[in-house]
Amino acid sequence: MASKVIQAYYDDDDVLMLAVKKVKAAKHHIEEVYCPFPVHGLDKAMGLAPTRIAITSFMYGCLGLCVAIWMMNNIMIVDWPQDIGGKPSFSYIENMPAFVPIMFELTVFFAAHLMVITFYMRSRLWPFKEAENPDPRTTDDHFVMEIEVHGNEKELKDLLLDTGAVEINMTEKNLH
Amino acid sequence: MYTFSNRLKIGSFIMMAVGALFIITGFLSAPSTVEEAKAIVASHDDGHGASHGEDAAHATEGHGEAAHHDSAHDEHTLAQLKNRPWSALYVAAFFFFMIALGALAFYAIQRAAQAGWSPLLFRVMEGITSYIVPGGIIVFVILAMSVAHMNHLFVWMDPEVVAHDELLQGKAGFLNPYFFLLRAAIFLGGWIFYREYSRKLSLRQDESDDNSNFKLNFRWSAGFLVFYLVSESMMSWDWIMSVDPHWFSTLFGWYIFASMFVSGITTIAMVTVYLKSKGYLPDVNNSHIHDLAKFMFGISIFWTYLWFSQFMLIWYANIPEEVTYYVTRIENYRLPFFGMVAMNFLFPVLLLMNSDFKRMNWFVCLTGIVILAGHYMDIFNAIMPATVGTHWGIGIPEIGGILFFGGLFIFWVFRALTTAPLQPKRNPFIEESRHFHY
Repeated sequence: MASKVIQAYYDDDDVLMLAVKKVKAAKHHIEEVYCPFPVHGLDKAMGLAPTRIAITSFMYGCLGLCVAIWMMNNIMIVDWPQDIGGKPSFSYIENMPAFVPIMFELTVFFAAHLMVITFYMRSRLWPFKEAENPDPRTTDDHFVMEIEVHGNEKELKDLLLDTGAVEINMTEKNLH
Repeated sequence: MYTFSNRLKIGSFIMMAVGALFIITGFLSAPSTVEEAKAIVASHDDGHGASHGEDAAHATEGHGEAAHHDSAHDEHTLAQLKNRPWSALYVAAFFFFMIALGALAFYAIQRAAQAGWSPLLFRVMEGITSYIVPGGIIVFVILAMSVAHMNHLFVWMDPEVVAHDELLQGKAGFLNPYFFLLRAAIFLGGWIFYREYSRKLSLRQDESDDNSNFKLNFRWSAGFLVFYLVSESMMSWDWIMSVDPHWFSTLFGWYIFASMFVSGITTIAMVTVYLKSKGYLPDVNNSHIHDLAKFMFGISIFWTYLWFSQFMLIWYANIPEEVTYYVTRIENYRLPFFGMVAMNFLFPVLLLMNSDFKRMNWFVCLTGIVILAGHYMDIFNAIMPATVGTHWGIGIPEIGGILFFGGLFIFWVFRALTTAPLQPKRNPFIEESRHFHY
């Protein structure tokens, strides 16, 4: 569904922050903000929900721990409980200290890698992906705030110029 | 300015009085003859007296003759029972002293690192480190009493034992009573000097019109950290590892350091939360608490890392001369030994992992209490197996020690907090600290 969006350009992150707050106060829905670097507090000003990626990471870590315990128990205790250098392989707990380095590393491995993959999937990042930024300048020194237009073009334009936008564009865009 | 609330003051006096009473009871109920010791063992022999053979073997090393074995065993039991009130006193005295020393190390690190978040808490830390003076003196007096043969905590101080023990003779160059006391005096002197001098510079900085005191304090803090790392490591050999003079471990100094560091940070967090709840620290916000809780979390894991590294290396190689340390602990101290890992690792890791929980005062206090109890158990596990062996317990002497030194600690720390404004006036980082937000 193609719809009309207004893109306001800013050249300073402080001005951008104030603009976001003003636009929020005027009850307009901000579709997206493009920045060349992380702007501290922008997510709070836009009212974005906090990320839950740390929670997924914790669960992946638990999964990794379980995999390590299951694997070592199966190989070292259940399948072939060999006597290797006098280590007690009668039960998992008796030989556990020797497994802790593996348990630790697999916990970290699962927590880290699965979290990164989750991040890529949720933020739709992959090789050969077409870049989504509306203007190459947003990767260098400009900030763009994008607002969907519902027939209130003039009013929006005035508001955005008032917030210190250095350039305003109207464009047709596919919003997902 | 902070005013010492009467309820807290009376509470600390009651703790000291009850603690002193318990300590005296503990000393009075210790046996003085072999017959009394036998009677006590007979009435208490309900399970954890099973492995005397090993301890007796340890005591009779060098004697060897079977005929002497029984009487040597009885003598040894008597020595262990006599040691119990002394060990309880020593463990508690060292534990509370170690909190002050850990807080001092944290304080020096904050100064040397020029941390921007913590200057608001400097007075709280200075209050806690004030206990280093009475606490250090008490520990020193107990050590001097050991040297004077008033107790049998350090077996290498007994010339009779050394005469029959070639290993101890080999170590006598380092482990001899006078050098031992001299070292203790140097360590304590250095720590107390830095604490008092840094406090003085910190107060002077408030009144001066330039930053020269602050800069001088920075230099002294950096210097102190160098001295501290060396002296703390040697202190842990002297005061803790040498109760097991046949055993040695290379990362022991770090291990004891982690224990005192996390206890010190936990105490800073708990005292801060208490003072804030009473309205004395208006500029401290939950981001400061969050930072302290992160340190509690991180250093708890660091402690566990060292605990496990020490345990696993010795368990894996299983060299008899090293592994006896853990054999006695796992056989006779199973619950305190593994319970302490749960208290010092599992509990803080699961409770303090969540960022929101780290900002909740009651959560930080609850975890803090468990961490402090866990590190008391850590010192308990380090000292007791060598001094009382199987005759351990958490009874009147141990609780008395905790109450007495806990009361003294509270009294001394909160009294010190009343002597200066709780917020430094013109620390260069104080504005940053006031607006600290994470």
